[in-house]
Amino acid sequence: MVDIAAPASEVEAAPAPKKRRSLGGWVLIAVPYAWLLFFFLAPFFIVFKISLSEIAVAIPPYLPTFDLSEGWQGIRENFAAFSLDNYLWLTEDALYWKSYLSSVWIAATSTAITLVIGYPLAYGMARAPAAWRPTLLMLVILPFWTSFLIRVYAWIGILKNEGLLNQALLAIGVIDDPLTILNTNVAVYIGIVYSYLPFLVLPLYATLEKLDESLLEAASDLGCPPWKAFWTITMPLSLPGVIAGCFLVFIPAVGEFVIPDLLGGSETLMIGKTLWNEFFANRDWPVSSAVAVILLLILVVPIVLFQNQQQRASEKNS
Amino acid sequence: MRKGPSWFNLTSLVFGFAFLYLPIVLLVIYSFNESRLVTVWAGFSTKWYGEMLRNQQLLDAAWVTARVAFTSATIATVLGTIAALVLVRSGRFLGRTLFSGMIYAPLVMPEVILGLSLLLLFVAVDQARGFWTVMIAHTTFSMCYVAVVVQSRLAGFDRSVEEAAMDLGCPPFKTFFAITLPIILPGVIAGWMLAFTLSLDDLVIASFTTGPGATTLPMKIYSQVRLGVTPEINAVCTVLVGVVTLGVIAASLVTKQQEARRQRDIRRAEAQG
Repeated sequence: MVDIAAPASEVEAAPAPKKRRSLGGWVLIAVPYAWLLFFFLAPFFIVFKISLSEIAVAIPPYLPTFDLSEGWQGIRENFAAFSLDNYLWLTEDALYWKSYLSSVWIAATSTAITLVIGYPLAYGMARAPAAWRPTLLMLVILPFWTSFLIRVYAWIGILKNEGLLNQALLAIGVIDDPLTILNTNVAVYIGIVYSYLPFLVLPLYATLEKLDESLLEAASDLGCPPWKAFWTITMPLSLPGVIAGCFLVFIPAVGEFVIPDLLGGSETLMIGKTLWNEFFANRDWPVSSAVAVILLLILVVPIVLFQNQQQRASEKNS
Repeated sequence: MRKGPSWFNLTSLVFGFAFLYLPIVLLVIYSFNESRLVTVWAGFSTKWYGEMLRNQQLLDAAWVTARVAFTSATIATVLGTIAALVLVRSGRFLGRTLFSGMIYAPLVMPEVILGLSLLLLFVAVDQARGFWTVMIAHTTFSMCYVAVVVQSRLAGFDRSVEEAAMDLGCPPFKTFFAITLPIILPGVIAGWMLAFTLSLDDLVIASFTTGPGATTLPMKIYSQVRLGVTPEINAVCTVLVGVVTLGVIAASLVTKQQEARRQRDIRRAEAQG
């Protein structure tokens, strides 16, 4: 089955030595390369450019816009009109830096909770009888194919004041008054953990499953208690899977929009939501571009770490 | 040495899967609820499915989504498969690091950034927004997923068969379609399905890059969800979940069967050889 969450663990064999490439070989490289350059990389430069512009009542709603018909002079004037005002604005208004901080905090906390729930699950899967494993793997992957929006939506009906969780808790007498969970940060944590759990379980399961069990047997033969064997053998050896899984949860969670918007409340500050509102409600394209640039800068470090880790894992494999 | 699964492992499996599946199961159950109040059970009814089928806006959105998903998944599969071949086969070339970076980065890039940047690109080149812009946006991020899926299939690939064909004078193009493609086909199909469901699912990127007349189903669902939970939305979600589940199960059965047949053929060939 598809194992997208554990991408580079077994891929990207060491590049073959340089060889003469035919014309067809070059075309093959050029097509996806050009697509990604134009539709993935180039847009970032445009975002950066617009983050230096000013909001305007126009179509498109920012100034200056490039007009090549004015020639060199026009371009120079354009550059002269660029300013860092939007970035200054981000530091002045507390909303923005609070959003960044709280996004990173919410994402980190959710990642930790996901790990606490996901590790036993992945471990249980890897230790299950071999005949069960394909089915268990399938069961983890299946929710991943199911719409993200639907899975978040499903929690609204559960967490509402008159929702199913409160009804159940009231019925068995644990609580006397319904708990307010929906539209709080707790609901956001639940939503992130729930939505991203498969991303963490899949790479973790992949490393745990490959773990050489004779090591554990040797430890137990030598009188090592199981919990100690776990901390000294299983845990360190599964670390690459833990790291890959945590990155796969943390990085997208920082910029999450749907979960804080649908499950969170007015006090839930997340940068994805702030950017969305800036763009769709305030129609301030330059400021939302500046928000995106800073978000990208925050995420560059974990993204590069993630890619290095993937690369190392694949080199070790090949 | 190995006994049955321990109590601890069994418990964590049961709790883990209950957590993963209970919300979806409840959603499906309450789509058959007679009452308009989603959380109060008032008897079995399929009336919300009828209601859903009479909602023209919803059906229009579903049709737009189906077309976007089909087109973008198909283009993404072609581009992603080529990208995977390039990553695994092309060795070193100028800008290889950039290329693999551009394949992996979209997998973790927040959707708001992808959506905003693509929208600004479309505005910069003065492209009217609608069906095509959403399609291009979806193709861009889903081709990366396809590339990763196909790549893992290519990594465990025995190249001697290809080399044999080439030695016997088979041109590269024909070798690809006669030998390489059939072997990596399960990966390619899985990649297509993944691209299709990713497109079916996407709210954020579509919201940024869409234009008049191209409201997708997730956008429609989202705007209704903001007004509150309704059994009609539960019905729509149930249909979507059902379609995806059936598709994934069918695909995995077919793949398993093909794999079994391939193994059988290999054994037979070895026995004869």
